[in-house]
Amino acid sequence: MAAVTQKTKKKRTFGEWARSRDGQKVFVMVAFMILPLLLLFTFTYLPFAEMFGFSFYKMKYIGERKFIGLDNYIKVFQRDDCFGALKLSLYYMVGSVVQLALSLYLATVLSFKVKGGNIFKGFMFFPYLINGIAIGFIFKFFYTRGFVFDTVLQWCGFELENLPYWLKDQSINNISLVGTSVWRYFGQNMVLFIGAIMSVDSELYEAAMLDGANKLQQFRYIILPSIKTIITLNVILSITGSLSAFEPPYVITSGANGTGTYFVIMHEIAHTQQKVGLASAMAIVLLLIIIAATILQKLFFKYVFKSAEDEDLNATAKRDKKLAKLAQRKAGR
Amino acid sequence: MTALQKIWKYLLIFLKYFSLVFFSFVAVLPIVSCVITAFKTDTEYQQTNVMTMPESWLNFDNFVQAFQKANMGRAFINSTIVLVCVLVVSVFVGTQLAYVLDRFKFPGNGMIRNLFMFASLLPGVAMQVAVYQIMYNLHFINSLFGYIVMMCGTDVIAIYIYIQFFENISFSLDESAIVDGASYFTIFYKILLPLLKPAIVTSCILKAVGTYNEYYSANLYLQDKKTLPTVATSLYTFVGPLGSKYNLICAGVIISLLPALIVFITCQKQIYSGLTSGAVKG
Repeated sequence: MAAVTQKTKKKRTFGEWARSRDGQKVFVMVAFMILPLLLLFTFTYLPFAEMFGFSFYKMKYIGERKFIGLDNYIKVFQRDDCFGALKLSLYYMVGSVVQLALSLYLATVLSFKVKGGNIFKGFMFFPYLINGIAIGFIFKFFYTRGFVFDTVLQWCGFELENLPYWLKDQSINNISLVGTSVWRYFGQNMVLFIGAIMSVDSELYEAAMLDGANKLQQFRYIILPSIKTIITLNVILSITGSLSAFEPPYVITSGANGTGTYFVIMHEIAHTQQKVGLASAMAIVLLLIIIAATILQKLFFKYVFKSAEDEDLNATAKRDKKLAKLAQRKAGR
Repeated sequence: MTALQKIWKYLLIFLKYFSLVFFSFVAVLPIVSCVITAFKTDTEYQQTNVMTMPESWLNFDNFVQAFQKANMGRAFINSTIVLVCVLVVSVFVGTQLAYVLDRFKFPGNGMIRNLFMFASLLPGVAMQVAVYQIMYNLHFINSLFGYIVMMCGTDVIAIYIYIQFFENISFSLDESAIVDGASYFTIFYKILLPLLKPAIVTSCILKAVGTYNEYYSANLYLQDKKTLPTVATSLYTFVGPLGSKYNLICAGVIISLLPALIVFITCQKQIYSGLTSGAVKG
């Protein structure tokens, strides 16, 4: 019997196969996946491969190209403006640390009962929804000599003569730019953290309160351990983000007065000077750095949390005990 | 409770509200200053300090002028076309892909997922050097259609939201439909897609915000600013000779962020939850 069915299966014509379940499955899979994969390859992997190719040529967008081997890569490391620009990332890294700490604090405050909490949350989140160009204009206006920021500082008792030019003074302009980036994203980070904190079992707080833990201890022993994944993720994202910082200088100062980050310089080399090969090499170099940084961080956090998790076993055991105690007390009442 | 503890407690409460008020102030100050300036006439803007209130809150001249000068009517039409097309296409493409990746086991399933993950690691700005060439060869420069096709591309976060959602829909639903003789298309469109609605709303809001605010590619590929401005790029009109008329610029900025503000006020909850669910997996 089995042999017979086997035979009929083999003899199926293509039309029959197409109408069968298996045929349908393949058909659906192809129909549903062809478009996304096509888009992915045309706009991500094809340009990626081409960019890799470009990086070995001396070329413009249109016209002749000349193979020059690794010269572009050597240039990336030799030119001051290329590699030196990576130093600016440090400003952005410091900024993102400040941003994470600030949003974590605000998220913790807002997760407990606060009057008007939603309004505060809305105010602080809204900057995230503004488009980059508008932000550029808003902050050009904000930082102009004698305008918004200076006026507010004068209200606080500062003298205008003592204030620097926020966007021109090379000792401070990068900090001003980082400030705009913190302004834009701290509310978004805060909302992420609030989401994570809200997913913590609320019974844990009750148990902690019964045990007489204060707010700081609650934060240290309940909130922090339960949202460490999302914090880790954000730290990784912010470091890669700092390496590829682009928007604030691009829209506010166009990279003038020593604010050009690596990507702003790359953008200029690619589109104004049209040195496509060199720009491609810059992109590949930074990509390698980013991948290396991501892997290193993942390993680092894995190592740190591995030892932390051993401790955590104790912590969870303790937590379970506390929960059990709480249940007993509740039942006893 | 001793007196000291009481003082300590009230101090903490004070600090809490002080920090909330302070950072909310910091967050809205740049925007509020823009609103104030947008209502000022030219002479008022030149003679008064930026933080003095305008004489009349009904002076809408700047808004009208900014709207006309920056061709914002055209920009809103273009942005709406882009937004609708991108949302419709990316919802279908995203849900279909997530359906296949979650429901079918086939060699290469994991690899496709990884391809999408790795794609999100590549910095977009850096790739534009080569994407520009491809767009050029496809004759997609200065074409709204081309820009839309490019924007429909991969969105890992949306795909992950969908996959996560599919994982929570029991497979027995599919099986019973298969027993009833339904085709895979029917199962997807008639049974699963309606169930996916919350995930679709979430990812749509995220994608809409991203698309509406996108300016880098729009600036690069829609170079004809007269006929092809989007709301974000229409603000480029104010770079150059108009660059110091901040009362006009501020009005333009305010107009451009009004839609975002309206969406934010009406869909606050979905935006927050969308962000959170996108971040947990992404």
